[in-house]
Amino acid sequence: MSTTNLNADNHAEEHHGAPSGIMRWLLTTNHKDIGSLYLLFSLLMFFIGGGMAMVIRAELFQPGLQIVEPDFFNQMTTVHGLIMVFGAVMPAFVGLANWMVPMMIGAPDMALPRMNNWSFWILPFAFLILLMSLFMEGGGPNFGWTFYAPLSTTYSNDSTALFVFSVHIMGISSIMGAINVIVTIFNLRAPGMTFMKMPLFVWTWLITAFLLIAVMPVLAGAVTMVLTDKYFLTSFFSAAGGGDPVMFQHIFWFFGHPEVYIMILPAFGIISQIVPTFSRKKLFGYSSMVYATASIALLSFVVWAHHMFTTGMPLAGELFFMYCTMLISVPTGVKVFNWVATMWRGSLTFEVPMMFSIAFIVLFTIGGFSGLMLAITPADFQYHDTYFVVAHFHYVLVTGAIFSIMAGAYYWLPKWTGYMFDEKLAKAHFWLSLVSVNVLFFPMHFVGLAGMPRRIPDYATQFADFNAVISIGGFAFGLSQLLFVAVVYKCIKGGEKATDQVWEGAEGLEWEVPSPAPYHTFETPPDIK
Amino acid sequence: MTDKQTAQQDTKKLVKKLVLTVFFMFGFGFALVPLYDVFCDITGLNGKTSNVAAVQSDSVDKTRTISVEFIARTQGNLPWIFKPEVKKMNVHPGEMHQLNFLVKNNSVDNMVVQAVPSVSPGIAAAYFNKIECFCFNQQPLEQGQAADLGLQFYIDKDIPPEYTTVTLSYTLFDISKNIEQDEFTKLFADNKN
Repeated sequence: MSTTNLNADNHAEEHHGAPSGIMRWLLTTNHKDIGSLYLLFSLLMFFIGGGMAMVIRAELFQPGLQIVEPDFFNQMTTVHGLIMVFGAVMPAFVGLANWMVPMMIGAPDMALPRMNNWSFWILPFAFLILLMSLFMEGGGPNFGWTFYAPLSTTYSNDSTALFVFSVHIMGISSIMGAINVIVTIFNLRAPGMTFMKMPLFVWTWLITAFLLIAVMPVLAGAVTMVLTDKYFLTSFFSAAGGGDPVMFQHIFWFFGHPEVYIMILPAFGIISQIVPTFSRKKLFGYSSMVYATASIALLSFVVWAHHMFTTGMPLAGELFFMYCTMLISVPTGVKVFNWVATMWRGSLTFEVPMMFSIAFIVLFTIGGFSGLMLAITPADFQYHDTYFVVAHFHYVLVTGAIFSIMAGAYYWLPKWTGYMFDEKLAKAHFWLSLVSVNVLFFPMHFVGLAGMPRRIPDYATQFADFNAVISIGGFAFGLSQLLFVAVVYKCIKGGEKATDQVWEGAEGLEWEVPSPAPYHTFETPPDIK
Repeated sequence: MTDKQTAQQDTKKLVKKLVLTVFFMFGFGFALVPLYDVFCDITGLNGKTSNVAAVQSDSVDKTRTISVEFIARTQGNLPWIFKPEVKKMNVHPGEMHQLNFLVKNNSVDNMVVQAVPSVSPGIAAAYFNKIECFCFNQQPLEQGQAADLGLQFYIDKDIPPEYTTVTLSYTLFDISKNIEQDEFTKLFADNKN
């Protein structure tokens, strides 16, 4: 564990010059460099995972088996999920945290710069291992990203060990990232930056980091048990040896439910930064936002079995998990109402980050409502494992997490590159994404309610028309994302010079440094009013 | 001490705590395994019967009759025959009963199996006392070999009155590949004696 004094690093670089070429990126301990690496890596993963989604949608375009074998289809759904969760959404948030948290709290860098370098550079190897397993004899993981036992133990193929190791590496990377964020926020705040003065993005990330530290080790334990069950004759999840396959689901979802909040709390933070800027008002109910975030995080530990209503739980258990789950909509509702109240009577303008944020608020709320429907135990027996679930979690993860990341990227891009992005192109990206994402995911609610199961390569012909529409939406959404790459590329290359404040209503320390943000910021802490 | 040194010490302390938390949570993940069993044991939730032989019952409650149903099934594609002698018995709480389950290994290999019991409704599992059960042991059977596996049980007198029917289900798992080779041969050698 490195606790190297970061000033020593800075001096070394000042005196000898930063290494150039690839070595600059391999050896960098600068939070901005590492933030950029995380963001670019997550963009790459977004397209790889998206490519897999395209394979899935191409196969489901028509009923019957056309393009891929069922086993390969299952590998696609599995690896698509793993890549999007651990490769696209989480690294994107870590990248944003790396870039913005030190600047927002007036710190010169992350507290543990060398560990920061490590936590990024082990990630590409994790995904290399995972992706290479697809090309092995017998294929890659095909048991779904939730890797339920006994699918992942008794019935899995030989590449399962690679899956386990890659998840271990992803976990270690996330844990190191989380430790770094916590230590940075606890120890490197500028004098006068009290906890209740921290920007909300910093707050939500602090809470997310605690969630990561609490549950990523549990995931590591779960994959280790799968590994020993499969290769070393243990019986954690095998009834024949005294274990219990249902216990796998308990352990997995004890990790899995806090995990979904890990993927949404930083999104709440981003939206809470953007909405006040373009409403030209202070965030409504700052402290209630902080407490709501903390309550969501705490509640996330006592709702895991709502993923398991159909496993034969006793009624008392079902009711407990149903009510706890519904309770979460209270703090979430507080947040949504606070955003709306922030916009209320503000002088709104609709720049691209704001458009993505408003789309986030509306569409995430739809995802929240379908989540509430799924929480109702008796109804869940019908919805369980149907496309309704797929629709629900894509609304909260794509139009939730991904839209917030897009919003954040557009919001801070001028600060990172020093140039304004091509607003026309960005607006085209927004509108195409908004329309296509709804064509893609909204009909899934209907086919789900009509009984189409998830994770299948073929389906009853009654679902054919809806699936064709969904697939067209999917291709359109996938292609629209290329526009995002074009906007980012153009913005790095040049454009209209951005001012320091970039956006008229923007407030906060990150807007007080020049655009582009210099390599080192706040080497002497700023004064906090 | 300068400010920088104190800051570094704070960092070290916090990192240490966080790393400890990580290890603690990793351990907690594994602790969930015994905790899960303890929780099920206390609440009687998942229909697991005790895998320890019970003591004999000393008296019989003739005022009540409980119908006990037996289900036997094989897991996966196990080419075995496995069925109870009788499908249903009417018993008085406290009254001892015995029955056999018939098994036959129809495969071409010597195999070892393990029967896993489950009682429905789950809460009744705690009142299902087995004095002797083939599920306490692993069962080796040579190819084509058949056997009668015995079960001796009684229903506890304290069983709440709302339980009038109790179903005992056995699932037969093939564990041949899950045990060491010498243990495998030893099981068959013991079986012959």
